[in-house]
Amino acid sequence: MKARVIVTLKSGILDPQGKAIEGALHSLAIEGVKGVRQGKIFDIEIEATDKERARKTLGEACERLLANTIVENYAIEIV
Amino acid sequence: MKAAIIRFPGSNREQDAARALNAASGRAPAILWHAEEELPPGTDLVVLPGGFSYGDYLRCGAIAARSPIMQAVRRHATRGGLVLGVCNGFQILCEARLLPGVLMRNAGLRFVCKMQHLRVENAQTPFTQAYAPGQVVKFAIAHGEGNFEADDQTLREIEGEGRVAFRYCDAAGRTTEDSNPNGSENAIAGVFNAGFNVLGLMPHPENLIDPLVGGVDGRPLFDALAAP
Repeated sequence: MKARVIVTLKSGILDPQGKAIEGALHSLAIEGVKGVRQGKIFDIEIEATDKERARKTLGEACERLLANTIVENYAIEIV
Repeated sequence: MKAAIIRFPGSNREQDAARALNAASGRAPAILWHAEEELPPGTDLVVLPGGFSYGDYLRCGAIAARSPIMQAVRRHATRGGLVLGVCNGFQILCEARLLPGVLMRNAGLRFVCKMQHLRVENAQTPFTQAYAPGQVVKFAIAHGEGNFEADDQTLREIEGEGRVAFRYCDAAGRTTEDSNPNGSENAIAGVFNAGFNVLGLMPHPENLIDPLVGGVDGRPLFDALAAP
């Protein structure tokens, strides 16, 4: 089964990389960009065939490694 | 004092730490590979050195914090054993949740490598007792991700319990916007755990033990640790 985990910074956490990217978009004269926040995507293949079990495995993976929950949120998508 | 330094793939300051510990205690520390599962018997102090463990993959210190030896380091810390994390070692301790907060990308986005003044905020701990309270010292800093962040409640706890070890400041000991090299909350350069037996700091005291290379302001930290 294939899954995607998306890790993003919590709101209110300063994201200097996102700010720099936003600045670069402005320098490219790409108009209408109000803000950029950078995150991470993990494409993960898992053995489980049961969606609930897969979610549980990925939830544990996020809590214990993929996200630092002090400053990051995560979302799990089963593809 | 029996010390053990943990070497992770990508550590690069373990010899500096060993030299500082050896100079203070007259005893060479053990240097352990991260895949070990136990500390040498009788270890008093564990040092997590600076470097770029696992190439800073995922997040700085994140993968090293989950390596086998860290279970033993956690047990050592829980028993009240001393743990010192410098730079990447500090990041590892935060990722292992042995210290509060997280070290984010420097607010200015640049890797900062320079000499930096710090103010000793709590001089009543096994790590800092050879300094005077409020003493201004000069250490080297060299990091791209040293911006200490924690939520408001955690910050209140850290401040209220006297758990800030060092704060970035100017030569006169004042904390100003310009004297904060990385945007850290409250200019925090180093913090203790609640038991004051775990210290993490971004600056490098182990590089300030010889007048030939910039000063000796780091010595008191290692002298205090080496004292019986």
